[in-house]
Amino acid sequence: MFDLDLWKEILSALKKNRMRSFMTAFGVFWGIFMLIIMSGAGRALENGVMDGIKAFASNSAFFWTERTSKPYKGFQRGRRWNYKNTDIEYIKANISDIEYLSPRLFGPSSGGGDNVIRGKKTGAFNIYGDYPEFFKIDPWTPLQGRLINTIDIQHSRKVVNIGERVVEVMFDTDEDPIGEYLKINGVYFQVVGVVKGETRVNIGGGRKNETIIMPFTTMQKTFNMGDDVHFFSVTSQPGIPVSKVEARLMELLKERHSVAPDDQQAVGSFNIEVEWKKYMGLFTGIQLLTWIVGIGTLLAGVIGVSNIMLVIIKERTQEIGIQRAIGATPGKVILHIVAESVFLTVIAGYIGLALGVGLLELLNMVLEMNAGSGDDIFFRHPEISFKMAVGALSVLVVSGIFAGLIPARRAVSIKPIDALRDE
Amino acid sequence: MISLNNVHKSYVTGSNSLHVLKGIDLEINTGEFVSIMGSSGSGKSTLLNILGILDNYDEGSYYLNGSLVKDMSEKKAAKLRNELVGFVFQSFNLISFKNALENVALPLYYQGVSRKKRNKIAEEYLDKVGLLDWATHLPSEMSGGQKQRVAIARSLISQPKIIFADEPTGALDTSTSYEVMDILKEINNDGITVILVTHEHDIASMTQKIVRLKDGHIDEIIKNGELKNFQHQYAKELETA
Repeated sequence: MFDLDLWKEILSALKKNRMRSFMTAFGVFWGIFMLIIMSGAGRALENGVMDGIKAFASNSAFFWTERTSKPYKGFQRGRRWNYKNTDIEYIKANISDIEYLSPRLFGPSSGGGDNVIRGKKTGAFNIYGDYPEFFKIDPWTPLQGRLINTIDIQHSRKVVNIGERVVEVMFDTDEDPIGEYLKINGVYFQVVGVVKGETRVNIGGGRKNETIIMPFTTMQKTFNMGDDVHFFSVTSQPGIPVSKVEARLMELLKERHSVAPDDQQAVGSFNIEVEWKKYMGLFTGIQLLTWIVGIGTLLAGVIGVSNIMLVIIKERTQEIGIQRAIGATPGKVILHIVAESVFLTVIAGYIGLALGVGLLELLNMVLEMNAGSGDDIFFRHPEISFKMAVGALSVLVVSGIFAGLIPARRAVSIKPIDALRDE
Repeated sequence: MISLNNVHKSYVTGSNSLHVLKGIDLEINTGEFVSIMGSSGSGKSTLLNILGILDNYDEGSYYLNGSLVKDMSEKKAAKLRNELVGFVFQSFNLISFKNALENVALPLYYQGVSRKKRNKIAEEYLDKVGLLDWATHLPSEMSGGQKQRVAIARSLISQPKIIFADEPTGALDTSTSYEVMDILKEINNDGITVILVTHEHDIASMTQKIVRLKDGHIDEIIKNGELKNFQHQYAKELETA
């Protein structure tokens, strides 16, 4: 039942004691404000980092070769070796748990001096030979033109996808790079697409927008790489942990290339799943910490309210005595004080909530404006979930009740005459 | 209306026990105008508080309007106070942040009377004590006499059978005191029992019955007819003082 008179009583009592009401409310306001800001910041960090990696296949692993560290089957230790084209079919035939398998070649002199020429412009870029499967593992978006496809592989076409930075360096601002030619290590390639990585994860080093991707087969033939494969990217079938595939694949590669099974060094590998779990753990930790600190701050606010309410009750002992002398029942007095406390905490909490969310919204706007394309920010979309807001508000209501209950019980435990005498 | 039988009351502070009321027997009928007198510490205020159910007593019995008042739950006591009695205090005890009208209307709020209705009734009672024009003023903006009149209006609004007044004129000058007494007399003429505590003889002499307390006992009860005697005695007391 909504008791209009009760609310009018409460409002007038609060209005007549502005300073006191304000101070009471401020503790709670601050508590919830901090909770919102911290939680939003935690979430923003998570969003910022996850934005950079979430499109990346989290069930992927990568393999390269190192010099062997053990003599085996007549080979000396320290032998250099490479994966071979035949490995591709063999792996696909023997490990059914693999979803995508993408071999890669590193282009000549990537990381060295300028390796790309067009007219008078030159540049040093990272050049890779890839299969289209690679785009399933580390997604790229064509900004212009198209991605490398299976037909390019089959025909070993001399075509390339280039990153945005390549366009900037090798072309004038008003030029359309599609269909133009770039001379890479002395050989001309036609640009068929300008591409942008969807993630910040970088396999193979260098900046992602300084990448040139050509068909795997084209690179192998053009740059006389025989049947070598430098690098494998694999993903496991859904539901199968990639670490299982990783172990199996390593074993198989060692066996095929006469590497000692207990050689820990010869096959280099990297498992994203493990890293992913580390990140997830980190963010769960941050959220947990936020909640612990936030609830703690909120609790301090609530204790503050209870404390101030106690002081108020002492201050108002006489008033309560008068009310009881003229017929207020203890129940009514308690209801009055509790309602006042709940009202204060909820209003203050709500304002804290609204201001907190407002500030986060503002922060988000500023961040997005400064970020431009949003490539390099590790802090974005500070926000809190609706569930959290509702949760915080219900904590406030409950704590408001408790904050009011203790002083209220105290207030009615005093005999009316003692309350009246209190000067 | 009121019947006290051998009522005792002690205050215990730490290990000390102060025996304030030592067996009070008192009958007060409906419509009486009674004053309780006595020197400081004679227990007159304690007696009034017990009569008004603001305090409890240790021994004996107290019947108010035919029902025994003893070890009452606070809820029941509050209800009884609200319906049966009205209080007027020496220090007025108005709620400082409520204006005169709101103060007067407060007892009706606790009875659950709607805001509109109780404000209307409060206006009537404010008019009765001649303060309708001051309805929207806060207690801090009023004189002592005005405050006491507001307090009287407040005590009357619940249409009580008894008004308890604890030194209602204690904080007022003589002429204002007489005004307040005139109002209390009017109330009494309407058939409401009025019991007041005072140490001023001239105030007491305006009532119909004086109960003199001495060391926790009833020393004497002076009826209306003997008031002349009383005034004579009062004059004598003044001389000796």
